Amino acid sequence: MAEQESTASVLLTHEVGLHARPSVKLTKLAKTYSSDIALATAEGGPWIDAKSIVRVMAAKAPKGTVLHFRANGPDADAALAALVALVERDFDEAGAHLSEKTHAGD
Amino acid sequence: MPATELTGRAASPGLAIGPLHRLAERTGLSRAAGAPAEESAALTTAIATASAALIAIMAEAEGEGADILEFQVAMLADDALAAPAFAAIAAGIDAASAWRTTLDETIAGYRDGGDDYFAARASDLEDIRDRVLAALDGEAGESRLPPGAILVGRDVTPSLFLSVDWKAGGAIALSEGSPSSHVAMLARARGVPMVVGLGRLPAAGAVEAIVDGDAGCLILDPDAGAKSAFAHAAAGAADRAFAEAEAARLPGRFADGSPVRVLINVAEPEELDAIDPAICDGIGLVRTEFLFHRPAGLPDEETQYRAYRRMLEWAGARPVTIRTVDAGGDKPVPGLTIDGESNPFLGTRGVRLSLLKPDIFRVQLRALARAAVHGNLKVMLPMVTVPGEIDEAARLLDAAVAELAAEGVPHTRPPLGIMVEVPAVAVVPELYAGAAFFSIGSNDLTQDTTAAARDIAAVASLCDAGHPAVAALIANVVRAGEALAREVSLCGDMGGDPRHLPALVGAGLRSVSVAPRLVGRVKRGLAEIRPDGPA
Repeated sequence: MAEQESTASVLLTHEVGLHARPSVKLTKLAKTYSSDIALATAEGGPWIDAKSIVRVMAAKAPKGTVLHFRANGPDADAALAALVALVERDFDEAGAHLSEKTHAGD
Repeated sequence: MPATELTGRAASPGLAIGPLHRLAERTGLSRAAGAPAEESAALTTAIATASAALIAIMAEAEGEGADILEFQVAMLADDALAAPAFAAIAAGIDAASAWRTTLDETIAGYRDGGDDYFAARASDLEDIRDRVLAALDGEAGESRLPPGAILVGRDVTPSLFLSVDWKAGGAIALSEGSPSSHVAMLARARGVPMVVGLGRLPAAGAVEAIVDGDAGCLILDPDAGAKSAFAHAAAGAADRAFAEAEAARLPGRFADGSPVRVLINVAEPEELDAIDPAICDGIGLVRTEFLFHRPAGLPDEETQYRAYRRMLEWAGARPVTIRTVDAGGDKPVPGLTIDGESNPFLGTRGVRLSLLKPDIFRVQLRALARAAVHGNLKVMLPMVTVPGEIDEAARLLDAAVAELAAEGVPHTRPPLGIMVEVPAVAVVPELYAGAAFFSIGSNDLTQDTTAAARDIAAVASLCDAGHPAVAALIANVVRAGEALAREVSLCGDMGGDPRHLPALVGAGLRSVSVAPRLVGRVKRGLAEIRPDGPA
């Protein structure tokens, strides 16, 4: 029912785009809502299931992409608000830990 | 039966002895393919088995390891991953072929398209692919390896590494593998000794093994002599560590009492927390790659500034030489380096990459100029080949400084020097007067002078810093440094190896920068050397 559909869009500012960790976080969050949630990297689609990490990763959305969401269901508005907030918070990765401790190689 | 000793390449330091555990080698599918319904059920079961094993491993992993596993579990839990495989099974293909083809296509999709970050995730999908194939093949998966064992095999996946309880000891010895692999990185972080590139391993027989992660060797079925040597080495290591800690606290001196400078190489600011600045004459090399390897992606200016400032404040008045990002070669960085070059060591790396990506370089130069206010900073360019590269980098640094001035942001322009690691520079260093100082990168210099890659096991012995040509080039750089009044130091592995110190001192070098844990060992080595001629 189109009148129950909610939409939202948000700019992806994460440095390397929608990669593994952000995708895990985004799809996990989406799955906590009962609404159907779709995601697109362009306003006209193609739309993909925002609860599928395989599809979200396959979108390879780079930094600077505007992510479009649309949701259908009882908690559609809450779902979109939460997803937009997650992207706006940069997936809570500002304080991400460091990796690679090596003394090899110069 | 006498002990068999195999030599490969060190990938993670340390000594370990333990029961040998051979990792299963999957040569081909052993189960017979059945009707589509059976194949479909077999794949469903294999995916569930693989997921359960990963979840069990994840429960005990932390940090980056947990992130890797969580991603793998999420991918396996998504029906979209296996959907094409189930469709192929319905069309009459066996489960293993269907799964392998489906995953290989997905992996190819990650590799293609020129996005380095997604290409790097392909290894996680290979890990998933192989774990499910193993489950299809009837292996429960080696999710519970014996603790304390020496794992021997062709290669190790990240999830397998993370499934082992390393607190009980143990080590890894591989016939193939690479010191720059994801698993080698995890092994170094976890303190697990690891040796790679051992070549052909005996097919069977050995039940016990010793791994020497410093020497890069594996001893199979050590005899009494080898075991006592191990015990001696382990005890000797403790004694030596004590003597070296004592030596580290004293200033660097040759046998005749004349001074020699010993600085440290740092890969991450956290390392400094455990180090007393008094043991060194400064930081001779900060590798800034740590900032660029974070899961969050390329670092912003503020993140870099804070990291650099922290190191400068740790060092106080001592000099801190920070190298601009040295990505490429054996150090790929998602979102920065160029994938698929036929010979990445001779490709777009170091300053070549920085000049190709001035937007990313500019952020680092701004962060450095801002941090320079907080200490004695010097900035060093890696992989310089022609003088024009110094000029271009200097112009970009000046532009960054001018921007900061216009914005009213506190800053200082640090001196700009170069790594001498390309033989072209070492042969005619006098042409590089545009550099404020020279720091010899002996690893690349040795590799390129001997034309032998340090990560190819078969030619590793040719890649020898002891070749007289390397010492001759270093002497040449020292002479040019004196003529041009430019400071010369050395920051490669050669400086941390006591066997090479006499040659370095003979070449006229009076300053080395080494891994922090080697400071004491190097100072003890230098104290036995009597330098000839003027210091």
